Amino acid sequence: MTSCPKQIVHYMHEYLDGEIENDAKEELKLHIETCEDCKHHYLELKKTIAFVQSASHIAAPAGFKARVMASLPRDKKKMGVERWLRNHPFFTAAALFLLLMGGGFFSMLEQRDHQFAFTKNSELKVENETVIVPPGTVIEEDVVVKNGDIRIEGAVNGDVTVINGERYMAAAGSVTGEIEEIDRLFERLWFEIKSLFK
Amino acid sequence: MDLMVQRRIKQVLKGDQNAFGEIVELYKDKVYQICFRMLWDRHEAEDAAQETFLKAFLNIHTYNQDKKFSTWLYRIATNLCIDKIRKKKPDYHLDAEIAGTDGLNMYSHLSSGDQLPEEEVESLEVQETIRQAILLLPEKYRSVIVLKYVEELPLQEIADILELPLGTVKTRVHRGREALRKHLRHL
Repeated sequence: MTSCPKQIVHYMHEYLDGEIENDAKEELKLHIETCEDCKHHYLELKKTIAFVQSASHIAAPAGFKARVMASLPRDKKKMGVERWLRNHPFFTAAALFLLLMGGGFFSMLEQRDHQFAFTKNSELKVENETVIVPPGTVIEEDVVVKNGDIRIEGAVNGDVTVINGERYMAAAGSVTGEIEEIDRLFERLWFEIKSLFK
Repeated sequence: MDLMVQRRIKQVLKGDQNAFGEIVELYKDKVYQICFRMLWDRHEAEDAAQETFLKAFLNIHTYNQDKKFSTWLYRIATNLCIDKIRKKKPDYHLDAEIAGTDGLNMYSHLSSGDQLPEEEVESLEVQETIRQAILLLPEKYRSVIVLKYVEELPLQEIADILELPLGTVKTRVHRGREALRKHLRHL
């Protein structure tokens, strides 16, 4: 084989790769038929390939996919929410609607909240959002003050209710009924509801 | 199938992990096979295959969607295996079960600390000889032989996977075949 043309082995490989020119193929064929060594070499190569290919195909072990998935970094929270929103357009719309409506409702309540108001009574005096029961006067009804303070120097023959405000009592002042101070929104709501049934 | 893969990749890019699960399902056997034929060890092959998918997931944004996905994925796998082969030389695993010997491993061949005798290796199963022959191949030949004869990929695709010129791949296939022939001719 040492005496054989150098390109013969090269042709064998080209042939095995299926990329041989026709001329070269003829040359290889002729040579192999006459040269025992080269024929042997060629058959060994063929056998080698057959052996390597005989290695049976194997599949990934069971549970492989699950292990891969477990090894991935966890889904970002944001992604989860985004996907949920994409998958549930109806709930998304409903939630958005409620949110906006709710916002409107609360802002309405709040607006009402900030207005200074009190029980109309000609005896009462007002100074800088403070309702004053002047000394010596007697108010013959319940007094309600919203978003303001009350200073009682005279007397009230009834209940005094202060919403979002402070109550000052002078030493001479007196209230015959209950005195209530309501600050929080829900107590306020409760108060409004209660007064509906009075 | 390619279209389906491309669609899944777009979903993965949007952060959908379930879509990636389907990609794993599609390619797990191929990737595992490449890793196993490169490393010839089940545990290492599984680790390498798992790492391949993790790496693919983390770097999915670097994948060019105009190219074949399998080429990109197999490149990650072969590169990982080549790294592992370089790191772990020399190559005998005492724990590695010998193919076709049902529970026998290299320990059972190493009676009283003897070197593995040449005749004993030759008396092992054909599969084992093939295993040895492939393990003796330097990794640059091993990767082309595995891709060509185990995965049966065309030479051009092998060139794409390994990012080598086609001529280099051909030369390596030729040399790899000759090297294997030297080890396997006596079978």
